[in-house]
Amino acid sequence: MSITGGKTISGAVQALTFSRRATIIGGLQASIGVLLAGRMAYISVAENERYQLLSESNRVNLTLVPPRRGWLIDRNGKPIANNKTDFRVDLIPDRIRDKGKTVATLAQLLSLEPEEIERINKELQQASSFQPVQVATGLDWESFAAVSVRLPDLPGVSPRQGFSRFYPTGAAVGHLVGYVGIASAEDFKANPDPILVTPGYKIGKDGLEKTFEDRLQGKPGAKRVEVTARGKIVRELDSRPDIPGKALQLTLDIDLQEYAARRLGPESGSVVVMDCKTGDILAMTSMPSFDPNSFSDGIGQTEYGMLRDDDHVPLRDKSLKGLFPPGSTIKPMVGLAFLEAGLSPDDSVNCNGGLRVGNRRFRCWNRRGHGRVDMAKGIYQSCDVYFYHFAQKIGMNPIALMANRLGLGQEFPLPVTNQFYGTVPDPQWKMKKFDRAWQAFDTVNATIGQGYMLTNPLQLAVMSARIATGKKLMPNLLLNEKRKPAETLNIDPEHMAYIHEAMSQVVNGAGTARRARLPLDDVKLAGKTGTAQVVNLDFGRGGKDVAWKFRDHGLFVSFAPVDNPRYAAAVVIEHGGGSGAAYPVARDVMTFLYDKEKAMNILSDLEKSWGGTIAERMDKQMTAYRAKVAIEKAIAEGRITPEGAVATGEAPNAEMGQ
Amino acid sequence: MNDFIPAPIAQLPWKTILLLLVMASFGFVVLYSAAGGSLTPWAGLHMIRFLVFLSMAIVFSRLKENFWKAIAFPVYIVVVIMLLGVELIGAVGGGSQRWLNLGFIRIQPSELMKPAIILAVARFYDLLPAGQIRTWGAIWPLLMLIAFPCALILLQPDLGTTITVVAGAMTVAFLAGLPMRLFIGGAAAVAVIAPIAFFFGLEEYQQRRVTTFLNPENDPLGAGYHISQSKIAIGSGGIFGKGFLNGTQSHLDYLPEGHTDFVFATMAEEWGLMGGVAVLAGFFLLFRWGLGVSMRAKTRFSQLAAAGLSTTIFFYVAINLMMVMGLAPVVGIPLPFLSHGGSSMMTIMICIGILMAIDRHPGRRSGTFG
Repeated sequence: MSITGGKTISGAVQALTFSRRATIIGGLQASIGVLLAGRMAYISVAENERYQLLSESNRVNLTLVPPRRGWLIDRNGKPIANNKTDFRVDLIPDRIRDKGKTVATLAQLLSLEPEEIERINKELQQASSFQPVQVATGLDWESFAAVSVRLPDLPGVSPRQGFSRFYPTGAAVGHLVGYVGIASAEDFKANPDPILVTPGYKIGKDGLEKTFEDRLQGKPGAKRVEVTARGKIVRELDSRPDIPGKALQLTLDIDLQEYAARRLGPESGSVVVMDCKTGDILAMTSMPSFDPNSFSDGIGQTEYGMLRDDDHVPLRDKSLKGLFPPGSTIKPMVGLAFLEAGLSPDDSVNCNGGLRVGNRRFRCWNRRGHGRVDMAKGIYQSCDVYFYHFAQKIGMNPIALMANRLGLGQEFPLPVTNQFYGTVPDPQWKMKKFDRAWQAFDTVNATIGQGYMLTNPLQLAVMSARIATGKKLMPNLLLNEKRKPAETLNIDPEHMAYIHEAMSQVVNGAGTARRARLPLDDVKLAGKTGTAQVVNLDFGRGGKDVAWKFRDHGLFVSFAPVDNPRYAAAVVIEHGGGSGAAYPVARDVMTFLYDKEKAMNILSDLEKSWGGTIAERMDKQMTAYRAKVAIEKAIAEGRITPEGAVATGEAPNAEMGQ
Repeated sequence: MNDFIPAPIAQLPWKTILLLLVMASFGFVVLYSAAGGSLTPWAGLHMIRFLVFLSMAIVFSRLKENFWKAIAFPVYIVVVIMLLGVELIGAVGGGSQRWLNLGFIRIQPSELMKPAIILAVARFYDLLPAGQIRTWGAIWPLLMLIAFPCALILLQPDLGTTITVVAGAMTVAFLAGLPMRLFIGGAAAVAVIAPIAFFFGLEEYQQRRVTTFLNPENDPLGAGYHISQSKIAIGSGGIFGKGFLNGTQSHLDYLPEGHTDFVFATMAEEWGLMGGVAVLAGFFLLFRWGLGVSMRAKTRFSQLAAAGLSTTIFFYVAINLMMVMGLAPVVGIPLPFLSHGGSSMMTIMICIGILMAIDRHPGRRSGTFG
């Protein structure tokens, strides 16, 4: 069967066909050869520049070296925040091949806690592909080397030697100084600087670290290295050193700050100490606090949960953002207002334990009454009836004016992230806020620092300093900052002397805080106690016998020495049960300023009874909390029954309650 | 020739051997650099293998046409059985493999099929009476010869080798004188079937290779990585290259398979366009010699076999170079004389050996007027 229409083919024709077709094949081969030569010339000559660039960007890896942050130092040059050399390991999510395996290997090499692994996995899920996820910091050389040698098998793992932020006093400066952390995705969006996603680079997240970010930051160094496709560094090509951030000197006395924090003990509260000459803040503590070291290292889920769940709110800076009714601590201020309004200090009233205002009887704290009370006794015995009586005569406006002059209700120009400045109520304020007329009982409430009156501890310290000096002292945190000298408040020196004497009587005479007398021969403390009710007066006194959150706040404002004021301090103990919780703290902090050894002896005895230093107590609390979480988790997963858990679960709780 | 050189040595095809030696030596130099300036693991072994297989080729060159004619079909059948064996071992062992382990050597039967199919098809058209070349009888046996091995090789699956085997057989058929319109029609049919085959016939990894070849930049870290990095290596080499031992793409492991399939990119990075042109010139001389051998051959079997074997080597070169320059998808085909790899070098040297045999024994024209 033929498919060619019967054409017969001979051998000769076949040979001809062969040579013709072989020529075609040869021609085709030659043209493919020309095509290949052309293609190669195009790639290597016409596109040479482009590919050379790509080859270089393959080969050379520009590594930014995070700059060392500027130190924070106290007024004597002692470090508040510095940098320590650190071996660390991070993960670059988009370079990892097998997340599970990589994390498991690292967990084994670095013996990571299960909780840490959980955090890393969670952050790996949430982080943008380019954001480094911290695995571990503060590694010893052996672990660091163990990871480094396995690098070729662990793409995406970045071990580095760098610096990490260190706060020697830990929790004592937490709220004021803040902490540093890895830049967030939003930060990077706002400022797409590659340094932000360089492992080990931290930015200020809160407090002074955040406010002074620009100054503390420094300029990153850079290192050009030749790397293999798997990220192994072959050699260093060149490098430029980092320029460390500038140091920042604060007005704080870090020893005093730490002492105050430790002296607060297990209480929730705040201590603010000011220098009466300059307004320098020498200490501003708020406890309980968080350890900025663990925040800066990337805090664990459990530790954060513990801080968040604690009813003593360690996450809130009580010095600036804690608002408390000032209670009787404002009575010296009210006294000054009375004097300026023309009241004679000798005008007196009979206190029988209460006073009827309108259709309601307002009690004095002393139910049995104080008898005959003049202004001095009104202050040192803290007689409420005296102030109920004369405040109604003088009216609210002079009192509110004096409160504002002395710093209450004021926001101060401080480099902090936020201040809650509270309320000094007056008739206009009430009308504006509630659209209601001011009533006599509002004045009565305000005059003993209750009702609408709210202040933060810093304001109370400023008030003390201004009463002590008669000058409009402004609090400040930066040492050697250019400032105008404080203006005078134009208060009659006779009025001041009278009030100072009354405040001295509080401590050194027949007053309410006789136990606050300093254990020093030559320095006398002046002060004023305050007990601020949290719940209605009818509930009764909120002493130690009621639940913590219903207990009265304990407050104490003070300055020393009486005759030539040098330091002013305010202490607020949240739900301390009364001023008795506050003035011993003020006494010891003031003692520390004059005699460190004596003050430390008192503290070490106290800390023994509280169960150790701040760090030791926080560790114990953490262990107990971990156990509690583990038991709750086990119950939730049905591994143990709640009944069975009581026996084991009660133990750590009991420890926590100490 | 003068009398100092013994006749058997003087008779060796020295020009061809010199060309092969130069090319394999260049491969040696490139592999030496690819290993970071070391004889191990590739360069030394490459040269030893080349010399062993060159000796084999010289032995082959002594064998006459009748020997090759006689073994054409038996060899073909043996290799098909070996392919079947590979499949069976794979099925029993639970995993696909491409080679047979004979203890002292691992043989890849699909590689051996490349020369074997050429000899078989050439032998078939040699036996076919000239008058029947334009009949069905000239076509269906060809299709059978192609179908058995290709089905088995596709099962492995090895697309690159399948293409080479089919193309080799078709080239011989084309030279044998099958009607031209069959090839034109066939090309048209491929144009229609190819897209269908792409979607229904190819494994997913093969599909991905094709799509990334069309646009490697879309997936620079995934499957397009090979092509991108290969182009970067060639392109960054420029006209004169970065210099011997100075290639960064290869030495820093950016170029994958820099010693096997992408050896040309390794070479081009260090030797530039000049090196590339030299390699192309070498291959040009080789194929000119190969086609020359077939043109000079006097018998039909010799003609067809020589052209087919030469073209088989050409397919290696063309597909490999188009792949490394981003003109073809990534199919695993090495570059003759430069790529490190024993199986493919054996195949190529078998082809060379038979070509040298035909060159030496062009045969006598017989039955001129059949």
